[in-house]
Amino acid sequence: MGNLNEFFDTGRNALDDVERRLDMPRREFLQFCATVAATLGLPAGAEAAVAQAVEAAKRPSVIWLHFQECTGCSESLLRAEHPTLEKLILDVISLDYHETLMAAAGHQAEAARKAAMKANKGKYVLVVEGAIPTKANGIYCKIGGQTAIDLLKECAADAAAVIAIGSCASWGGMPSTIPSISGADSSPTGSEGVAKILGKDVMTIPGCPPNPYNFLAAVVHFLTFGKLPELDKLGRPKFAYSRLIHENCERRAHFDAGRFAMEFGDSGHRQGYCLYKLGCKGPETYANCSTLGFGDAGENNWPVGCGHPCIGCTEKGVGFTKPIHQVAKMLNVTPPLQYPRIVEEQGKAASFASAAAVAAVAGAAAGAAVMLTRNLGLSHAAEEAERAKSAAKQSDDKAGA
Amino acid sequence: MANHNHAAPAPVGGSLVNALTLTCGVLIALMVAILMVRFLFGLGSVTALNDGYPWGIWVVVDVVIGSAFACGGFSVAMLVYIFNKGEYHPLVRPALLASLFGYTLAGAGVIFDLGRPWNVWHMFNPWSINLNSVMFEVAVCISLYIIVMWIEFSPVILEQQGKLELKKKVGRAMFFIIALGTLLPMMHQSSLGTLLVVLGVQIHPLWQTPIQPALYLLSAITMGYAVVLFESCLTSTAYRRKIEGHLLTPLAKIMLGFLAVYLVIRIADLVVRGALPRAFVPSIEALCFWIEMLSFIVPLILIGAEDNRRNPARLFLAGVLLMLGGAMLRLNGFLIGYETIVGDSGGFSYFPTLAEVLVTAGMFALEVLGYIIITRRFPVLPREAATH
Repeated sequence: MGNLNEFFDTGRNALDDVERRLDMPRREFLQFCATVAATLGLPAGAEAAVAQAVEAAKRPSVIWLHFQECTGCSESLLRAEHPTLEKLILDVISLDYHETLMAAAGHQAEAARKAAMKANKGKYVLVVEGAIPTKANGIYCKIGGQTAIDLLKECAADAAAVIAIGSCASWGGMPSTIPSISGADSSPTGSEGVAKILGKDVMTIPGCPPNPYNFLAAVVHFLTFGKLPELDKLGRPKFAYSRLIHENCERRAHFDAGRFAMEFGDSGHRQGYCLYKLGCKGPETYANCSTLGFGDAGENNWPVGCGHPCIGCTEKGVGFTKPIHQVAKMLNVTPPLQYPRIVEEQGKAASFASAAAVAAVAGAAAGAAVMLTRNLGLSHAAEEAERAKSAAKQSDDKAGA
Repeated sequence: MANHNHAAPAPVGGSLVNALTLTCGVLIALMVAILMVRFLFGLGSVTALNDGYPWGIWVVVDVVIGSAFACGGFSVAMLVYIFNKGEYHPLVRPALLASLFGYTLAGAGVIFDLGRPWNVWHMFNPWSINLNSVMFEVAVCISLYIIVMWIEFSPVILEQQGKLELKKKVGRAMFFIIALGTLLPMMHQSSLGTLLVVLGVQIHPLWQTPIQPALYLLSAITMGYAVVLFESCLTSTAYRRKIEGHLLTPLAKIMLGFLAVYLVIRIADLVVRGALPRAFVPSIEALCFWIEMLSFIVPLILIGAEDNRRNPARLFLAGVLLMLGGAMLRLNGFLIGYETIVGDSGGFSYFPTLAEVLVTAGMFALEVLGYIIITRRFPVLPREAATH
């Protein structure tokens, strides 16, 4: 926390700058930094480092490529309801190439990309949104005359980090779905993820769309520490994708108690029961959807929260592959066919037999005690009488003597 | 102690088959049958236990009250060995025997009531124990005390088996074992009261006091002497022996001392906490409170005078009343004055089933039968002089 104090002493001007630049009150800005640090699972005090990194605004150059996608990832990032999220993301990075957002068009746009790549060689961040078609040499997606494959390889060559945002860029996502026609063994365009094309591991932020905060937190991590956060074997940052959705699901108690919605709109569904039997993929999907609200519209604004089963969009082999209403494969606990009753026994008043038994025991004990006392009393009285008699006899004898 | 010359203990002898032992046998057989059902089909199949009343008479009567009844050995051993009152030595073996059975069965009784008895070994596993738990303290002290008591009692068995060399060896360590045998019951008898402190506001104000551990300890010691009076009068009558009046009369005086301290603390506590008015509100709790209090107070009147203490009938009755009082103190705290939800029963109720009563009766029958067999076959009671 010494770090934080130092930051407050010397960083006053910098904070003022941030306040002006982001049109964001200082308190809110620091709150944001703390939230991001917490999302990343960083230790206490790291929010100071995060704040310093953000307010320093080195603005790394970012090149954002779009291939086979719907721009949902960009949209979700921009439509986040947090008032200054989009401002912040556009402020902390220098977004030099983004087809949807940039004002430039045509050759001008391509020139901007080339200029940025040249100026920030080895330092820029490459973000890829969308799958890359590989069939017929990738002719199904061309930008500025270049295929997606060529474009990706060209931009990735000198990038400091490559981030694949969304399920499409992560492993192919929806475009890679194999149609259910006989003989089909790949998608019509042969869509693939970034890692497959580049032949190396890249950080993936899967989701359809992913939670913008996961992307943002990963970027802030890169800004703060100069490297990407720790990744799992599928390239997903562990801070967001190390737990099954099912583990922290708000409907989990219903699952454990065996209360399931059996069809849409039935009484269980209306009461918010578990969606497992409607095909919810939460039990086999790793993501933090159940712990981190999507965007800023408050909690419950994720599929399971509003009554639709999870489709497993962050999990390769689940999302866009398994039918939506197919029952998930349980990765940890399979629900039993039968559940114990959840009726709570309250106990009954005394039954005739038990009351009689207690009364009999008490009566027998009391009777025995009384009889024994009486006998002891009688024998004591007899003994006393005898002693009195012998005492009297002794005194008689003495008197006689 | 060496100054006192007592008749050496000797087996009473005689037949083991009579109406009493046969009755005990039947009760024990019933208990075994019910316990088989309990272990095969679970607690719910034979007991009236529920979520509101997780402890029934198997815990409160068999264990809490049963172990308090078994304090005779501890109380007398404390008197003889700690306060060096050697004249009471003839009472040690029979009192110890009763305690041995009481505690061993209390320990076994806990197993009947455990929902998952196969986990009972966890409390001896250093990695599983919770040192902050009152229950852990009670469990460990009771199980250790059972072992200690068997060692304390072992000279009797070794004597009967003729292994005098071994008896001598055990005798050398006996001072330590006896010290432990005094410490352990003081620890867990007071901790049984602490259990009520932990339950806090769920206990009726008449029994809800932070000094409950002191009350439990004092009443347990008092009950220990009461049990000795009871047991001594009973054996004398049953075996047609001379009543040990020369021992029981002064012992009763010591007992009254403990009883007086208990009553002063008990009543002062009620007054200080302002709980006494609750004893005058008509309720089942108030009724049971008065049964408990009168059972403690009446003995003072019964045997308060030295002359009355020579009357075995009064000694016996006082002993029985004090046992009843101590039992009621425990029953009231754990079951009658216990509320599931503060100020309300929450719809829960508990009354023991026939099966539960039979198991408890079977436990006591086992104690009586064991006592009869051992006193008839092992050297426990002092040898009766031929002149009597």
